[in-house]
Amino acid sequence: MITSLSWLKNHLSTKANLDQVAERLTKIGLEVENIKSSNYNLDNFIVCKIIKSRKHPNADKLKLCEVDVGSGNLIKVVCGAQNARDGLFGVYAPPGAVIPKTNMKLKVAKIRGIESYGMLCSGYELDESSDKEGIIELNKKEKNIGDKYFKNTGEKTMDIAITPNRPDCLGVRGIARDLVSSGLGQLKKQPPIKINQKFKSPIKVSIKKEKGQSCGIFGSVYIRNVQNKESPDWLKKRIISLGLKPISAIVDATNYVMFDLNRPLHAYDADKIDREIIVRNSKQGESFEALDNKKYTLQNNMCAISDKSGVLGLGGIIGGTRSSTEFSTKNILLESAYFFPTPIRKTSKILNIDTDAKYRFERGIDPDSIKLGLELGMCMILDMCGGEASKFSIVGKIKDERKIIDLEPETFSKVIGFSITSVEIKKILSSLGCSLRMIGKKMKVLPPTWRPDIKEDIDLIEELARIKGYDKVPLINPEKENIKDTLNYKQKLFHFAQRSVASRGYTEAITWSFTDSETDTLFSELKSEIKLSNPISSDLDVLRSSLYSNLIISAKKNIHRNFEDLMLFEIGPIFKGNKPGEQSTMIGAIKTGKYSRKNWIEKERNFDVFDIKNDALRTLNEVGIEGSKITVSNKTKKWYHPGRSGLLSLGSSRGPELAYFGEIHPSIIKNLDLRTDNVLGFEIFLDNIPESRKKIRETKPQFIVSDYQKVVRDFAFVIDEKYSSGEIISLVKNIDKELIKDVKIFDVYQGDNITSGKKSIAFNVTLEPKDKTLSEKDIDQVSKEIISIVQKTTGATLRS
Amino acid sequence: MENFNQIESDILNKIKTVSDRNSYEAIKTEIFGKKGIITELFKKIGSLDQDQKKEYASKLNFLKKKVTEILEKKLTDFDQSEINKKLKNEKIDVTLPGRTYFAGKIHPVSQVIDEVTSIFSEIGFSVEEGPDVENEYYNFSALNTPENHPARDMHDTFYLDRSKDLLLRTHTSPVQIRTMLKSKPPFKIIAPGRTYRHDSDQTHSPMFHQLEGLHIDKNINMGHLKGCLYYFVKKFFEVEKVKIRFRPSHFPFTEPSAEVDIGYRIQDGKIKIGEGDKWLEILGCGMVHPNVLKNARVNPKQYQGYAFGVGIDRLAMLKYGINDLRAFFESDIRWLEFYGFDPLDVPTNYRGLSR
Repeated sequence: MITSLSWLKNHLSTKANLDQVAERLTKIGLEVENIKSSNYNLDNFIVCKIIKSRKHPNADKLKLCEVDVGSGNLIKVVCGAQNARDGLFGVYAPPGAVIPKTNMKLKVAKIRGIESYGMLCSGYELDESSDKEGIIELNKKEKNIGDKYFKNTGEKTMDIAITPNRPDCLGVRGIARDLVSSGLGQLKKQPPIKINQKFKSPIKVSIKKEKGQSCGIFGSVYIRNVQNKESPDWLKKRIISLGLKPISAIVDATNYVMFDLNRPLHAYDADKIDREIIVRNSKQGESFEALDNKKYTLQNNMCAISDKSGVLGLGGIIGGTRSSTEFSTKNILLESAYFFPTPIRKTSKILNIDTDAKYRFERGIDPDSIKLGLELGMCMILDMCGGEASKFSIVGKIKDERKIIDLEPETFSKVIGFSITSVEIKKILSSLGCSLRMIGKKMKVLPPTWRPDIKEDIDLIEELARIKGYDKVPLINPEKENIKDTLNYKQKLFHFAQRSVASRGYTEAITWSFTDSETDTLFSELKSEIKLSNPISSDLDVLRSSLYSNLIISAKKNIHRNFEDLMLFEIGPIFKGNKPGEQSTMIGAIKTGKYSRKNWIEKERNFDVFDIKNDALRTLNEVGIEGSKITVSNKTKKWYHPGRSGLLSLGSSRGPELAYFGEIHPSIIKNLDLRTDNVLGFEIFLDNIPESRKKIRETKPQFIVSDYQKVVRDFAFVIDEKYSSGEIISLVKNIDKELIKDVKIFDVYQGDNITSGKKSIAFNVTLEPKDKTLSEKDIDQVSKEIISIVQKTTGATLRS
Repeated sequence: MENFNQIESDILNKIKTVSDRNSYEAIKTEIFGKKGIITELFKKIGSLDQDQKKEYASKLNFLKKKVTEILEKKLTDFDQSEINKKLKNEKIDVTLPGRTYFAGKIHPVSQVIDEVTSIFSEIGFSVEEGPDVENEYYNFSALNTPENHPARDMHDTFYLDRSKDLLLRTHTSPVQIRTMLKSKPPFKIIAPGRTYRHDSDQTHSPMFHQLEGLHIDKNINMGHLKGCLYYFVKKFFEVEKVKIRFRPSHFPFTEPSAEVDIGYRIQDGKIKIGEGDKWLEILGCGMVHPNVLKNARVNPKQYQGYAFGVGIDRLAMLKYGINDLRAFFESDIRWLEFYGFDPLDVPTNYRGLSR
């Protein structure tokens, strides 16, 4: 909502200056977002005439204009507007002028090799309209050339953010009323109307009684023998300050009343109305051309203002061109109506129309303002255009929905934290327009008709608090007492895991929860993707079902910038369905490129599966899962290299899945054009990590150290290649869990000297006796047992 | 009796000729071997007169001790000179870089969530979460924002179905409802998380992060809200004094509602929070609307309290001087490494929120 101090003063007598008013408005909840000054010198914007315009020699879309600015010599200006042509009167801005819209200072500039001295302005550049197409075309004469375009510039305007609960402040009078309530000035009385309204409006108006009728009241006045014209300067200025285009005295008057009183009006050319006005529900397929020059096709039950020939306009939203006023209009019908908020909102959403009237009706217009609006609108039009007005015709009636609210002063202090006297309550609420009655300590409050937002006592309490000022609310220091633990197990796990992965060298990324469906399907096992109905862009069209989708896309962007050795991870939600709760928390991490590059101390090598496996394992260990409880198997998912990936699971290989790790499938890397051949990753299922019932300190056994020497023995077998190292390790460990502390593989070999289909595997076994030093005999016995069990179970042979 | 002085000087002259470990062994044998000089002298003790014996033995023992010490010294000299020789050849250029290591980083949004959690933990809040996908009821209706309420315009919503029932939450406020429905008052929670709005430009991102706060108990009034947020802002920005302004506003789910501005100024191109005469909006808050409590099955006659919502990304931008919101989610490794935090920098009360 835009207004100025002078406009406010139409309703408010105050000595306060603009800054004081703005500060007060913000303090009572009408936030002044900015104060626009016309500080820049607008005096140098000049009425000019294009004498000659021809094509720019070096650019097809530009024109080279010779412009008369009243200085005696013609000025050369390069212009890109389609409508620049010989004889056009326009607005010229010389070098040094500051363009209001962009705040850019003009300079003499070479445009495609030709110097341009200033520019010809569009309405958009002058902040007068949203029309970017073409330069302004003025209706001027030779004698105007050289005149200043802006007259009486300089008044600052305030842009006030009006919250959706305050339709009354979408009019200047409502803002003035709030200021008065806060103690800043007095509200001026509306001057009485003395117009001789003798005849009856010849246009009959009816509101059809049907289900879902969205018009409650339709008031109108017929004004005959008007002479429409351009508005006087004062009105034009106000209309321009609102960001609107002055159109004609009649239209400007209706807009003025809308912004002055929050009372939308509409003017019809009465001679274009076919006999009568019928307000009715539209039928599917009916259409009309609206004042925005678009044709709208209506659905059933929209509010059609129509005549005998069809739809004229959409009630409360937009009028139609068929009945629009022109400079030649002789007789008008001025409408002041009440439309219900909900259907206005529904219709405008369906048809995607946003107008100032719609914005007001959907928030709730004062139903009692019909007559006031007709009076002010009529007076302005009679003043400017002459004519005679009919008696008002007001059709329809709506129920007064207001309820009397009980208010107890103690409720205020209970909620707000300081007390307020009944006298203050009375003063504030009546200044806002409420009627009050005291019954004992209780108050009975009837809100004014322009405040549809006040329905219960808490609404009144808010009014009192904001007018008194939030700075009066006491500051109560917080208590430092906890009802429960700050984080639950899952949240602690999240926190640990996040920092654990980062400490392995991965950099945390946070990416969209949505992603590109084509990428996501590569990493998904979902039967159907989770589509957004209205994605922000076509490559962010689904909810991600894997963290890999966005990580890989991010990796690609970095790799394409030549950052090819990457370690990225994300911890966050992935989605399994489109219902609340169908999501789980995962970690996704990827590594690309090399562990080390050309380097004086280390051999150059790629990151490999054993790097990524370690990262996943160590993270699981760090969040509290003992290595001995994790089983590694070669189960995998379709997005991994089938032979170079695996699963970490809890307990057995059929236990809960903790993490997958491995090389990303080469065809995916190729498909996504990653420009690297080495991408590895792991995914941890945080939701599958069980909460331990005991604290670590409770699960630890007693600390016992053996005084006896440990012994290490080496073994080497030739074994069928189908046996994994993991199987052999657990086979050996299980031979004597007490004595065998560790089994370490130190060599795996396939090739020369080894039969194909077999591999040589060498490991050492650490024995840690608890009760005695092992003798050679003891050691031999264990060794024999190891050999015999490995041979028996796997058919391996001892390698000599 | 032998001339011990003469013998000693003979022996010492011999030792002087020792130049390496071989000649050392030879001389040692010559002195202490089976027929060595000193060994021979010891053999004589038996044949001496009683009155000479004592003096002889004492002098001989003295000589033995002295020679032994000199020989031992000779040996450590050998070791030392060998080490010195080795050291001379063992010089490396320590300015050469070492082996590869990797240092990861924590995203500023995660860091700020941890900072904020640490602050609210101090004053008794615990953390709650809710789903990213919500239904219309929890995101709007239960929060006193019925269908066709103009306040819905402020939330450009992503939908997941045609009937517009399933959506991506536009704020963390639905967690208020879920928390209250699953338990009984009092409630004192914060809920950080991802939020989504169909909006993308310099200052808007289709996904961003919010932190919801909710404190419901008997006798919680707007003064408690003020105290809580003053505490939070001061702690978060780590400043002694802070200028804060509570400005009336409107949210359907709180009444009265307020927006909170903090004072700032620009100094040397950097933002200084807490001083200056400019205002910056940082959060929205208010007393929970009785209708919201009713929808969450809490009796508004017995319980009341406050709620607030802060933009986490915005907090991070202000505290750490980050300009462009969109860069948060673009995963440019250079940005992540520049603005990211060391994983060991866990914000805590006792060690400080930030280094």
